[in-house]
Amino acid sequence: MSTPVSHPFQAKPSLSRTFESGVFWLFRSAAYLVLACGAFVFADIVIKGAPAVFKTSFPFVNTVFLTEAPESLCVFDYEGQKREMGDREFRAFREQEAARAAAEGRKAPEIKATSFVYSAGGIFPCIVGTVLLVVGSMTIALTLGVASAIYLSEYARQGPVVAFIRLAILNLAGVPSIVFGLFGMGMFVIFLEWNVSLLAGWFTLAFMVLPVVITASEESLKSVPKGFREGSLALGATKWQTIRKAVLPYALPGILTSSILGVARVAGETAPIMFTAAYVVRDKLPWQDLQSAGDFFFQGVMALPYHIYVVSSKIPQNEYTERVQYGTAFVFLFIVALIAASSIVLRTKLRGRYKW
Amino acid sequence: MDSPTKSLRSVSHHPASPDGKSTAAVAPTLIDIENLDFHYGATQALHGISLKVPDRQVTAFIGPSGCGKSTLLRCLNRMNDLIDGTRIGAGSIKIRGVDIYQRDVDVIELRKRVGMVFQKSNPFPKSIYENITYGLRLQGVKDKGRLDEVVEKSLRGAALWDEVKDRLHASGLGLSGGQQQRLCIARTIAVEPEIILMDEPCSALDPIATAKVEELIHELKLKYTIVIVTHNMQQAARCSDKTAFFYLGKLVEFAATRTIFMNPENPQTEAYVSGRFG
Ligand SMILES: Nc1ncnc2c1ncn2[C@@H]1O[C@H](COP(=O)(O)OP(=O)(O)OP(=O)(O)O)[C@@H](O)[C@H]1O
Ligand SMILES: [Mg+2]
Repeated sequence: MSTPVSHPFQAKPSLSRTFESGVFWLFRSAAYLVLACGAFVFADIVIKGAPAVFKTSFPFVNTVFLTEAPESLCVFDYEGQKREMGDREFRAFREQEAARAAAEGRKAPEIKATSFVYSAGGIFPCIVGTVLLVVGSMTIALTLGVASAIYLSEYARQGPVVAFIRLAILNLAGVPSIVFGLFGMGMFVIFLEWNVSLLAGWFTLAFMVLPVVITASEESLKSVPKGFREGSLALGATKWQTIRKAVLPYALPGILTSSILGVARVAGETAPIMFTAAYVVRDKLPWQDLQSAGDFFFQGVMALPYHIYVVSSKIPQNEYTERVQYGTAFVFLFIVALIAASSIVLRTKLRGRYKW
Repeated sequence: MDSPTKSLRSVSHHPASPDGKSTAAVAPTLIDIENLDFHYGATQALHGISLKVPDRQVTAFIGPSGCGKSTLLRCLNRMNDLIDGTRIGAGSIKIRGVDIYQRDVDVIELRKRVGMVFQKSNPFPKSIYENITYGLRLQGVKDKGRLDEVVEKSLRGAALWDEVKDRLHASGLGLSGGQQQRLCIARTIAVEPEIILMDEPCSALDPIATAKVEELIHELKLKYTIVIVTHNMQQAARCSDKTAFFYLGKLVEFAATRTIFMNPENPQTEAYVSGRFG
């Protein structure tokens, strides 16, 4: 205190400065805490899940895990050796051994195996199912969402009715996904008699992300300069021509950006599909054995998030299930990242083409 | 195809002087505004405006900010229809004797005949070529030869051809501000309107670009009727034949430009044009 002040901007300790640095450190540690949690989750899944997908020997990528349906894992002792194989492989092996024994004139050996459901084979049907669900529901959500956004922000007379619709849409965004699942079951599965099917899943998921898509599309439409609209209309364009030629192309990158969020959500939600579209297990792939093309839409599918749920909580846990759990989670994260990345690439391309 | 362009060019060396008093008197009326009241919801923006815009002349709207110049201009091609809650309280606007607010008027057709150039140049983020053909393509014109022809003619008409003829397929946004504004004018004349409305077309331009646009206005008035809103007194004096002075939503004085600037009847007009208020 006694040190003389040498210039008018001399730094002095004060309460507000102490407070300032306290707050700063609080924020900084909050940010790092979040980072640490995220890194931990991610690292855990990658470390434990990657071995299910990648191998140390050629072909390095575990094609079985990515390309085959789940199977039971049979674990058994044979000729003093512990062996693990998938169900089908095990049966073939047993027959082969029996045949060999018969040829040698021995009694067929008794092989006692313990089997663990879903612990062998792969998750191909789940990957296919999830991709189908995402593509279908995003198509529906974007079509409906962009159309309603165009109506709300370009055509509808702004007033209490539209304000109320907006409020309702915002509220819809806050509805828990399990409620959407129940709605989908009541509406599509039971009332419309679509049963547990792709179509029911598509619409349920689409309705779930619709609020995000509508809100984001409206934002993007609003961000297109008014001059484009006026310029177009003043040249004798109709409203729809104006929207299609002078507004929508420039709003599209923004709409796509925000749909990325929707994609991640659609791919990830378990609750809405477990009532409407997901099967625990299904032998056939969606395009196999179809009676007619229309049947494609009325079949259930396996899906990654639901599979994770099933293998983590619906079957007895043991040393063999962990491989599937982490492997599925890893592949799942990877696919979501892939979809998101491709939307970002698409958006960048569109941006480049339609910038102003 | 070339002859109108040529005749336009030849006139540019003799800029029309604002003393078109005698011609103004004989020019037939194209737009006849009678007793117009205009409302934005609860607020009335225009009060009993009566004004006759002569054919193939330049009419300037001047007045302090907020007096309703843009509002009146946007009534002429019904751009105000886009704003919720606007309405014509009383009066009428007739173009060639047809009330444009009549029920059976097609706004799209009206806007093709009454083009508009905005204060902030607003080319579409497309190529120069696409900007100009935008209106025609909407009308279903697909013939490449015809489109090419119109592009050249419109760009020449907007005195932009020589500057951009080598980069017709480059983005319209790559042009300078003044070129962009002339591109917007070219885009407007490509659909062959009868009337061109200009709302402060030069307010964002430097003096040289402004001079180019003004020169262009002189050329355009041979073919088109032009209504221009401006805050620039010299501009009104230089390029218009008739001038209307508005104040607080009312038309204060409307006369030949020369009269408005040299010996206005109304003291308010005099104060405004001499820069004493506004
Ligand atoms: N969209 C609108 N909604 C409500 N009131 C408006 C709207 N546009 C203009 N007004 C009002 O109408 C009046 C006239 O506005 P206008 O834009 O025609 O003025 P102006 O003469 O063009 O002014 P400026 O020279 O600043 O462009 C103003 O009082 C303005 O506040
Ligand atoms: Mg204005």
